Amino acid sequence: MSSRDLILGRVRRALADVRRDDEQAVPRTYLREHGERNAAETVDLLAENLADYRAIVHRTDTAGLPGVIAELLAAHGSSSVLAPPALPEEWLSATEVTRVADRAGSTPHELDEVDSVVTACALAIAETGTIVLDGSPDQGRRRITLVPDHHICVVRAPDQVVPSVPLALERLDPTRPLTWISGPSATSDIELDRVEGVHGPRTLEVVLVSGDGGE
Amino acid sequence: MSGTFVGMPAFPKAAHEAVHNATLRGNLRHATHTIRAKRAKAVTEVSDWAELREAGKRIKDHTLRHLDRYLVQLEESVTAAGGTVHWAADADEANRIVTYLVKATGETEVVKVKSMATQEIGLNEALEAEGIRAYETDLAELIVQLGKDRPSHILVPAIHRNRGEIRDIFAKEMSEWGRPAPEGLTDTPAELAEAARLHLREKFLRAKVGVSGANFMVADTGTLVVVESEGNGRMCLTLPETLISVVGIEKIVPTWQDLEVFLQTLPRSSTAERMNPYTSMWTGTTDSGTADGPSTFHLVLIDNGRTDTLADEVGRQALRCIRCSACLNVCPVYERAGGHAYGSVYPGPIGAILSPQLRGTGSEIDASLPYASSLCGACYEVCPVAIDIPEVLVHLRERVAQGGQVTEKGAKVVLKPAKGHAAERAAMRAARWAFTHPAALRTGQRLASRTRRFHPRTLPGPGMAWSASRALPTLPAEPFRDWWQRTNGGRTEQGAADGARADGNGEWTGGGEDSGK
Repeated sequence: MSSRDLILGRVRRALADVRRDDEQAVPRTYLREHGERNAAETVDLLAENLADYRAIVHRTDTAGLPGVIAELLAAHGSSSVLAPPALPEEWLSATEVTRVADRAGSTPHELDEVDSVVTACALAIAETGTIVLDGSPDQGRRRITLVPDHHICVVRAPDQVVPSVPLALERLDPTRPLTWISGPSATSDIELDRVEGVHGPRTLEVVLVSGDGGE
Repeated sequence: MSGTFVGMPAFPKAAHEAVHNATLRGNLRHATHTIRAKRAKAVTEVSDWAELREAGKRIKDHTLRHLDRYLVQLEESVTAAGGTVHWAADADEANRIVTYLVKATGETEVVKVKSMATQEIGLNEALEAEGIRAYETDLAELIVQLGKDRPSHILVPAIHRNRGEIRDIFAKEMSEWGRPAPEGLTDTPAELAEAARLHLREKFLRAKVGVSGANFMVADTGTLVVVESEGNGRMCLTLPETLISVVGIEKIVPTWQDLEVFLQTLPRSSTAERMNPYTSMWTGTTDSGTADGPSTFHLVLIDNGRTDTLADEVGRQALRCIRCSACLNVCPVYERAGGHAYGSVYPGPIGAILSPQLRGTGSEIDASLPYASSLCGACYEVCPVAIDIPEVLVHLRERVAQGGQVTEKGAKVVLKPAKGHAAERAAMRAARWAFTHPAALRTGQRLASRTRRFHPRTLPGPGMAWSASRALPTLPAEPFRDWWQRTNGGRTEQGAADGARADGNGEWTGGGEDSGK
């Protein structure tokens, strides 16, 4: 007998007391979101919660975005920046920093040489201060937002901001590789106290872009 | 890791040693109290906590009651997404499968994400024996591995170490495993985290094989979820070419939507955060054109005692556990005894009900674990999937003391009563006899009352250990039943009853709003 059949057989015998037509629905009486907010208030909550977990939050409009990104790269002292394949050209139009593409053949060591990475996101969750990446062409492979020490993530507000975890899952595609990011890398392993900065990017900057300015 | 737990003394002996270690008690007290207050705050932030907890419990119960169906569905979804599913009935089989898969890649080292399942099966030791080195990459696991130590907490395996001890371990041991600790390393947590970052980075960047567990497996989509803080999980899950995930069969949730419950309750319960820094979700492998992450994905599903646990109608609720460790952090016994005394990778209240079910109650340590509790119920209060740990503890005590039918490796067997409980059973039999013979009980009580001046303060013989830390109750001068008859239920006795009532009422009615002014 294969171990598969052995285990499934054990499961079935263990459940001899359970009726096979026992199909109680799970009570989903919990809230879809906590509290009532308009779109602007939801974006404010996102900014507040991101900052609470030590992400650095910036706000601008579409026209101001290239300037903000250029300033952030300069302030970090970056000489190179990774850009996913479909990052809007204009986002990096104001910076002189060397642009590095993520090629399939790039080794992790090569990625480790890059100072910063700029990406878009799939969505952001206000209640938890989370940004979610789904590997779309404007976000790139998971590894590019992991190895460099400085991540600048652009969130289109309010379109990409959802209030809560349940509303986020509704909008995400499970077949894509997903990374949920809530603040920079951290650990609670030393005396159960939170310390920021272990293996992931130690600096996370989130730019909330309002959608005016001729899109 | 499980290998190092073999031959552990029973809980009372191990705990007795632990409570005399002042450093350990200080470290545990500091850490558990820090997290307790934070967790309470994180839970208060969500007004529907009770509803989330109930939904989490019901989702897990439903899954367990149809586990065969969901396992098959998960296998189909993972396979359809490009993964390969393996089944392991016990620890040895799981270790053989993983060893074989690693050897097939030609590699001799793997990077590991912290995983309870791989600790449970002793994977690192099994790989070591086959010439494969497993590098733990979680900070606390690294501290444990470098210190040649055992884990003592589900979430923070090095909770028993304070920052000074961690500094010493890093300074002394890191060079044995790779990049040495920086010169002049101090004990500030940020510096220690930086030392770990530098030490592990070279291993992440060259790793070809990653080994992980998973917090959740979604049956209908084939998605695996790993919840973490540091980014070491992301490194192991995305940089290597081959990923091997070893997961207990109870980690399934039926649907994608079900994650909306656990992704709210797990972070708040474990690290007291609204959300943990990183959560990775992947479904099989990606197309080679847009390759993202490992090109080969293996899922090893392990039983290792879980189906035996499932067969117990009371005990099966332990399989709802999502390994948040909130029960450890609130437990007065854990806080004083520490995790090592539990003799298992699963310490604390959940360990006290999980280990004796996964491993059976055959060994001294496992038979003693159901007694490693004061039954105060704090663990049940904080459990995000409402496991009634005290109920299962009492159930397992009954199994140890009385024996009875259990399932071992899928077969029904009848356990004999444990040897150490003969005195307890004799006492219970005597009590039953006395309570069913009222005349004898009355005579005995009167006799006891009249001889009370001569009663010892401590119990003789085997009872001495019990009374060493407890005061024996003093007997009244007159048995209650005699007093009741003599005073007509207290009505003919002056003073006492009236006085008590006046005291209680007087305090209550007069206080309240006025007293604050």
